[in-house]
Amino acid sequence: MRDGDAENTAGAVSLRQRACRIRRHALRMGEVQGQGYIAQALGFADVLAVCYFHALIYRADDPEWEGRDRLYLSMGHYALALYAAMIEAGILPEDELETYGGDHSRLPMSGMAAYTPGMEITGGSLGHGLGIAVGAALGLKRKNSANFIYNLLSDGELGEGSTWEAVMSAAHHRLDNLIAVVDFNNQQADGPSQETLCAEPLEDKWQAFGWHVQRVDGNHIDALTTAFDAARRHRRRQPRVIICNTRLAAGVPFLEARERNHFLRVEPHEWAQAIAVLDRANAR
Amino acid sequence: MIASLDAGGAPTVDAPFGHALNEVARHNDKIVALTADLSKYTDLHVFAAANPSRFYQMGMAEQVMISAAAGLAREGFTPFATTYAVFASRRAYDFICMAIAEESLDVKIVCALPGLTTGYGPSHQATEDLAIFRGLPNLTIIDPCDATDIQMATRAIAEHRGPVYMRLLRGRVPNVLHQYDYRFQIGRASLLRDGGDVLFIATGLMTMRALEAAKRLRADGIHCAVLHVPTIKPLDAARIRDEAAKAGRLVVVAENHTRIGGLGEAVAAELMRGGIHPRFCQIALPDEFLDAGALPTLHDRYGLSVDAVAARVKQWLEA
Repeated sequence: MRDGDAENTAGAVSLRQRACRIRRHALRMGEVQGQGYIAQALGFADVLAVCYFHALIYRADDPEWEGRDRLYLSMGHYALALYAAMIEAGILPEDELETYGGDHSRLPMSGMAAYTPGMEITGGSLGHGLGIAVGAALGLKRKNSANFIYNLLSDGELGEGSTWEAVMSAAHHRLDNLIAVVDFNNQQADGPSQETLCAEPLEDKWQAFGWHVQRVDGNHIDALTTAFDAARRHRRRQPRVIICNTRLAAGVPFLEARERNHFLRVEPHEWAQAIAVLDRANAR
Repeated sequence: MIASLDAGGAPTVDAPFGHALNEVARHNDKIVALTADLSKYTDLHVFAAANPSRFYQMGMAEQVMISAAAGLAREGFTPFATTYAVFASRRAYDFICMAIAEESLDVKIVCALPGLTTGYGPSHQATEDLAIFRGLPNLTIIDPCDATDIQMATRAIAEHRGPVYMRLLRGRVPNVLHQYDYRFQIGRASLLRDGGDVLFIATGLMTMRALEAAKRLRADGIHCAVLHVPTIKPLDAARIRDEAAKAGRLVVVAENHTRIGGLGEAVAAELMRGGIHPRFCQIALPDEFLDAGALPTLHDRYGLSVDAVAARVKQWLEA
């Protein structure tokens, strides 16, 4: 929810439309470059819609406003998805998506703090975000801030030892202002995450490390809003994680049906087809 | 008391870093500190005792300690993070690189056991930390000589905006530079003594060794200058070139680090770029994993002791 925007406590339909529009922005950026981590962006759009239009406190015209909730994108290759969400949120102008991945663009292909308003950290070297979030959560507590820090991470990052150092550290320091959001699409560079380095049983692991754990359908808006509300309202002094099971390329059935691939190939004519699919869905 | 460097008869100061950080923190409420289970071994326990609410024990987890320091810096604090130099440079490198240096965050990484300052063997001997960090953009690298240098450098890096890696002598630290007209400034080399036969360009504890060796060589009629270079990066290239360009002196770069990628090669490159070609020798550790053993013996074996330095300079002059 945007600061000073009480009207925007949108219901499920509205959030669904937001997610649809986030997907559309992402596809348009993908079309500009002829490539991109589009399957992840489509799959994660519902989560981002709930982040920006239900959970987060922020000012679109002042991305560094001290009273904002912090959203860290640990998986830098999801930058496409985050730019799409920030365009929808009014943090970035829509016409800037034409510059995606180009020279002198503020929207590089991997997310970096120095380039983009609203991009809090430089992600991309996976397994970094949650540890930085631990420090920021400690910092917010030092400032007596009531804000939350959300760290978005991918299932592949669960293979990094540093992620688990951060998981242990957050619980040790009782960081009840930290919410980790895991995109579990079960696909990483070399294949299914479960076969590459199995992180299951995931809920048990996070629980054993001292976290409040929820696992939800990450493409189900109502399930997500409920989970984000529960994470924020949870009373015990412990960090919280929402594991979101998502479908790669969700929302565009003909891409979703394609063989599951970390880096989805899209033919030049298919971008427009995919956008048309979304426009029809959005009109419903 | 933890193992300290042999002061060789020099006076010592107890935990100069910890006390200096306390002094800085009294005037700057943004200062916080973190350690990875090594507060007592990096003199940070002094800060922790005086400022318990500003101290974070992160456990034996260097990656999250460094990342968390980045997060605290993002929220406006100036974190000092301590561990051993081997763990910062080898284990936490990617986190220092991407979470701190790439964004030029205000984090100070202060690390004990630089180079050969323990007989524990390669697991604890950070003989290549300067080589590892010199390639990292935005990072300021400091190798202080003694207690006086550590005290002044701690104050200076707290005021400096941007990331810093500082090597640390801990425990009872020899105090030498207070006898000289010396002031630490980031990026500045200082001529501690002058002489016409040899120019030592030295950093870290090797500046102490060079000063002692210079006194001994003086008795043999050999006059040595000592240029102390506590900032490895950015290097005071102008001063180094000016001194090295003075004709007729043997240039000896002395560092507590492998001969690869440290001050010696940095100086050599600057002199080549400047078209200055003095006779050039290096006192540095060999390109080897070093032995375990007693530290004084190891300093003799690997050429860092005053005896070894003086003997090699004589050999070079006679050759």
